[in-house]
Amino acid sequence: MDVQVWTYILVGITFALYIGIAIWAKAASTSDFYVAGAHVNPVVNGMATAADWMSAASFLSMAGLISFMGYDGAVYLMGWTGGYVLLALLLAPYLRKFGKFTIPDFIGDRYYSNFARTIAVICALIVSFTYVAGQMRGVGLVFSKFLEVNIDIGVLIGMAIVFFYAVLGGMKGITYTQVAQYCVLIFAFMVPAFFISFQLTGNPIPQLGFGSELADGSGQYLLEKLDQLHTELGFAAYTSGTKSMQDVFFITAALMIGTAGLPHVIVRFFTVPKVKDARVSVGYALIFIAILYTTAPAIAAFAKYNMMQTVSEQPYEEMPEWFGTWEETALLTWYDKNGDGIITYAPGSAIEGLPDIQRNASGEVIRGDFGEVKVNNAPAEGANELYVDRDIMVLANPEIANLPAWVAGLVAAGGLAAALSTAAGLLLVISTAVSHDLIKKQIKTDISDKAELMWARIAAGGAVVVAGYFGINPPGFVAEVVAIAFGLAAASFFPAIILGIFYKKMNREGAIAGMIAGLLFTLGYVIFFKIAFPEFNTPEFWWFGISPEGIGTLGMILNLLVAFAVGMIFPEPPEDVQDMVESIRYPQ
Amino acid sequence: MSERDLKGYWKKNLKYLGILLSIWFTVSYGFGILLVPVLNEIQVGGFKLGFWFAQQGSIYTFVILIFVYVYLMNKLDQEFNVQED
Repeated sequence: MDVQVWTYILVGITFALYIGIAIWAKAASTSDFYVAGAHVNPVVNGMATAADWMSAASFLSMAGLISFMGYDGAVYLMGWTGGYVLLALLLAPYLRKFGKFTIPDFIGDRYYSNFARTIAVICALIVSFTYVAGQMRGVGLVFSKFLEVNIDIGVLIGMAIVFFYAVLGGMKGITYTQVAQYCVLIFAFMVPAFFISFQLTGNPIPQLGFGSELADGSGQYLLEKLDQLHTELGFAAYTSGTKSMQDVFFITAALMIGTAGLPHVIVRFFTVPKVKDARVSVGYALIFIAILYTTAPAIAAFAKYNMMQTVSEQPYEEMPEWFGTWEETALLTWYDKNGDGIITYAPGSAIEGLPDIQRNASGEVIRGDFGEVKVNNAPAEGANELYVDRDIMVLANPEIANLPAWVAGLVAAGGLAAALSTAAGLLLVISTAVSHDLIKKQIKTDISDKAELMWARIAAGGAVVVAGYFGINPPGFVAEVVAIAFGLAAASFFPAIILGIFYKKMNREGAIAGMIAGLLFTLGYVIFFKIAFPEFNTPEFWWFGISPEGIGTLGMILNLLVAFAVGMIFPEPPEDVQDMVESIRYPQ
Repeated sequence: MSERDLKGYWKKNLKYLGILLSIWFTVSYGFGILLVPVLNEIQVGGFKLGFWFAQQGSIYTFVILIFVYVYLMNKLDQEFNVQED
């Protein structure tokens, strides 16, 4: 059976499973819909959190990014795991004791202000919509690459599945489908990793193979060989980076703090029965995440080594079959600048812009002298002749390493699981922000539980449609705005929640001023460099050498400073609020 | 539970947080970023040590830190009798 048949079978089975779970876990009350009735087992919640957190980007793109960043890839590896320590120690247990449904709930009650609640709702909506558009796009991409389905139809199929289980089951349905999705995605990620690690180093555990000697009898360590290949071709050594130390520092911090402030992650810890469960559940979540996150850098190194060994300075005509297949998807392009038929891989771009394949009138690709797929792009300056899309390192890994066809099908099912599980968690945040924090808490406070549940379903349905729209018509800046999602979470939610728990005297004026300052500063910086004036987006123009990806850290510091300064001018919070803060500090 | 005892519980909690977060900071930002050039002089198996901390070691440390915290807090809850039933 070929890859496509396997993909249909595996994707079909997993989708049937998700729908089956949705029917079994139908939500009966708002408590079911918002927090799965708050009786999810901590291990189960840990697994669901891992799937919730690991998105299409973690699964499909991260290893590829790291293989081209080398050491600098650590910003993602540490940034997207270190936040869980903050979550376990500073947030999850206290928010669980608080015992409501959402982050805006906490902000609104703690700062005794519906204005603060509304700011929190706005932040939650911006962060979640930014993120969910990318997930829907990811679903469409997997469909189009593996099943040759039109990308828009792929998005629609994904929407239909998420609609079904998010609208029907709310948090309850999402939790149990996320558990299934975690199992699918981790299996799909690990199987090729075991194979490739064993092939290259003789050790099947990727975390160990990563630091082992190559199995080719040379006695050289994999990383040593990789450094050597890189420097020979004029690249920076793989184990050293190119980013400045302060930028690595600030990006890592922004991602860590942002992770700890992301509403769809925090709210998962409202679903366990006790404070004690919330603490340990974060630990389980991080174990499940760490399995993927410690494997990804190994895959990155293996894939880079395989690619360089196969391609660099080799004649095009001797390329394996996969090279041609991926050329036709425009993820891989060879532009023979010097006409020698040999692939030169060197620093710098191969072509201007993204590959645009040349086709004749009947839509067939046009081939060059050596049989390569020709592109319309102009060649870029420099010797490099090879364009490689980052995503190919995970997508094509099974083929590059000559693995059986079912492994490639599995990768498709895993990518879909990662995208759908994250999308569902985000949609839930959007729907609760509308039905609970806006309608129930502000517009129509006497609404019945049943009517609120109906509103939650309507909001979830509406959010699916909007997310799908952005998936089909992605705003040109989707990739850029991920920086906004993390920056905003770091600069708005995180300080407000931390102060709310650890500083009893923080009043509403201080917290509101801090959130607004952090929000506007971070948003302004990112929009300036990423959208308004991308030509200035270079280190010499950045403040203190901090890139827009890392600016959330500075936004958070600004939030804290403003909160303290403004907080000093205004009176202390009322007695009952201070008592509430006191009470969330003790489990019982 | 008297007011004074609860203060003791909170103070001890803050002490644990301080210690654990210092380790968190040292391992990730220290060993994984600031001290990488120095640690990379040390080779452990096929890894340069700074690189290993940045891409592997820090993540293992994070997992351990959370479980140490869980253990300490469960004990503290018992000690001050604030555990849930």
